[in-house]
Amino acid sequence: MNLKEVATILNAEVVCGHTKLEREVHAVFASDLMSDVLTIDSEKLLLLTGLVNIQTIRTSEMSDIKNIVLVRNKKASPEMISLAEENRIVIMQCSYSMYKACGLLFQNGINPVY
Amino acid sequence: MRFEYNIEAGNFTKAGDASSSFKKILKQLNVDPQVIKRIVVSLYEGEVNIVAHANGGKVICDVDTSRVTIQLIDVGPGIPDIEKAMQAGYSTASAKVREMGFGAGMGLQNIKNNADELIIKSEVGVGTKLTIIVNLNKI
Repeated sequence: MNLKEVATILNAEVVCGHTKLEREVHAVFASDLMSDVLTIDSEKLLLLTGLVNIQTIRTSEMSDIKNIVLVRNKKASPEMISLAEENRIVIMQCSYSMYKACGLLFQNGINPVY
Repeated sequence: MRFEYNIEAGNFTKAGDASSSFKKILKQLNVDPQVIKRIVVSLYEGEVNIVAHANGGKVICDVDTSRVTIQLIDVGPGIPDIEKAMQAGYSTASAKVREMGFGAGMGLQNIKNNADELIIKSEVGVGTKLTIIVNLNKI
């Protein structure tokens, strides 16, 4: 599944990385705990999180995560967007809860990391 | 080659700047991406620890043909019980640190899991020194 399809399923707004929506996603990891995210070793990963601060993007940069969906109607700050653009990270925002967003993506065939 | 970075206490906006800079250098040196990830995840966890717990510190990264050696040296409260600090889930992090997505007692374990060698030396009331070694030929 690509990011364009993810955006449609989650009714998500693309905040940055509009030209990268053909990027494929093979797995999803959902967490608000960045130390948990740092343990994940998976390619073509989509991170679902409700944590909205600059460390969300820094953690993604260190973990080679290129795709983020902010859930629970959280909004990316200008600093987050700037750092994401620098690292070619796509950020999307959706109003769904973490549970609903995970459920919808799972229902549509994206695998968990474990 | 040696690269040094100063780490500011309590400034979570800048936490990760050193790790980000060093990651760019490792990429330029054509280090294997899987190895880069192990190095920078270790470094980043260590950097966040200095920001979160110490009164400031520095990072010294040495790169040679076979390994990367990272020294994270801080001035701060030190770790009274290193064995306890290494236990998964043990944390002395503040609410502010937890708000940033850290402080769940996983940092030192994450560093250990990604490093080929981890040495922790600490003196209460003085500071802590972490030495992280990652071999470059190990994928």
